[in-house]
Amino acid sequence: MSPVSVEPYLILSAILFAIGAVGVVLRRNIIVMFMSIELMLNAVNLTFVALARHLQAAEGQVAVFFVMTVAAAEAAVGLAIIIAAFRNRETVNADELNWLRW
Amino acid sequence: MHPALFGTMAALLVASALSVILQRSPIRSALSLVVTLFLLAVVFLFLDAQLLAALQVIVYAGAVMVLFLFVIMLLNLQEDRPAMAKVAVRGAAAFIASLFVLAAVRFIVGGAPSTGTTAMSTAVSADFGSTEAVATLLFTRFLLAFEVTGVLLLVAIVGAVVLAKRRLV
Repeated sequence: MSPVSVEPYLILSAILFAIGAVGVVLRRNIIVMFMSIELMLNAVNLTFVALARHLQAAEGQVAVFFVMTVAAAEAAVGLAIIIAAFRNRETVNADELNWLRW
Repeated sequence: MHPALFGTMAALLVASALSVILQRSPIRSALSLVVTLFLLAVVFLFLDAQLLAALQVIVYAGAVMVLFLFVIMLLNLQEDRPAMAKVAVRGAAAFIASLFVLAAVRFIVGGAPSTGTTAMSTAVSADFGSTEAVATLLFTRFLLAFEVTGVLLLVAIVGAVVLAKRRLV
């Protein structure tokens, strides 16, 4: 069994991150945009874990732990904001949520 | 991880990630994201990150995604008809994506002399990635950050409750 080197993991992570970034730009539903952000966070986590394994440094895994915590907090607050916005405007379309637009 | 197995996992991951952003119904997007997170947990296992694989399933695929599904169902969202952005924005999105991937490939493959040094060593200490190893770091070198994280979660809980309350301002 020949193990895979670290580069394929990094490339896979870059592809996942790109898909998440495209999702944020392409979709207008803020919940789906939000899920794309989670996808990007997970792509970065994959980089951390792959490099932690490659460099034999458990610090990378600790970093992933913190990213997960922040992501959970962000999801809770973000979804609360989405609910509050939906109560006011009856929409989750990002183009129609334009209170802050001049 | 065996190359063939890695290829399969990578293909499944990319397919499910694409499914997240291409599905018209938010529910289907959310379920695709659950699949993506589970697959990532499996990849974590192969990278000797047992604790993180478990956390990925419990925190992400469990708690966070339940929150997402709950909100989607609470808002009773229909399929959004103009689901995608305008054509110009689509072009910009494609440009961003190709830029990311090209930059990454250029940096990873062409940037560093990749002869032998990047091959992942098979030998890894027995407790690498175990709960004990990660927790030891967490409670020694990263103790302050760990405590701050606790405060952050408290603030997030209070903030979420206040924001989601019926009468806001």
